[in-house]
Amino acid sequence: MRAAEKLTREEIAAAVDSRFPENVRDRLRDATVGIAGLGGLGSHIAVMLARSCVGHLRLVDFDRVDVSNLNRQAYGISHLGMEKTKALSQIIKGINPYLDVKIHTVRVDRKNAGTLFEECPIVCEAFDRPEEKAMLVNTLLEKCPDTVVISGSGMAGYGSGNEIQAKKVMRRLYLCGDGETDIADGIGLMAPRVNICAGQQANMAVRLILGEQMP
Amino acid sequence: MIIINGEFADQAEGKSLSSYLSESGYKQEKVAVERNGKIVPKSEYDDTVLRDNDEVEIVSFVGGG
Repeated sequence: MRAAEKLTREEIAAAVDSRFPENVRDRLRDATVGIAGLGGLGSHIAVMLARSCVGHLRLVDFDRVDVSNLNRQAYGISHLGMEKTKALSQIIKGINPYLDVKIHTVRVDRKNAGTLFEECPIVCEAFDRPEEKAMLVNTLLEKCPDTVVISGSGMAGYGSGNEIQAKKVMRRLYLCGDGETDIADGIGLMAPRVNICAGQQANMAVRLILGEQMP
Repeated sequence: MIIINGEFADQAEGKSLSSYLSESGYKQEKVAVERNGKIVPKSEYDDTVLRDNDEVEIVSFVGGG
């Protein structure tokens, strides 16, 4: 067995399940996905898309890794205090060092959202606060006429995982989650349901890349 | 007829989008609204009047991520 750092781009590319035809792998390799917010949803979405060999990832978050993140986010103790953008890049490099990962360590607002994600035909909204979710979705749908947004809404608690679904709710907006469970109601977040929601978002991104529009 | 979130809502005819939202308990800062396939910018909520044949989708986000 060869040491990890010696693996070539070709060897990692060849490790993608060869049961998928070449055009599937090509489309994933050529795709660009933006991820807004690198918490419980965004960090796992990024890891799943990296494992799927999505070639170009744009990661945006202003925050640093805190001990309160370890219950549900992709980070470990070694990342405490690091900027989430840098910690996540490190995790992704450990999975596939040949992906084109660009990071922006900024707080997303109405002014910069359009520019930050202008090269992303697909953006996964993975913020925590509902006002920020709404701000991003509104801004991208207004300012980026070709961008599709996949948003997470409603994944708190430990209710049935089957309630977390992907739905196409607008022409360019998909919503993943149960739509209801709100941390504002005092319900905490746990890794399993957050991961199911992240999985729905990542899967929807893969489906869109591969030409499937239905959730 | 007016359809809002998949349901008949003829009682909304003639109302502005902002008054419909507040009467229905939505918080403007947590929603996105699509009308007839186009996103409605927040700055136009006051001046957008719901009319016959409108198809409206209101998404209200909840916290957690």
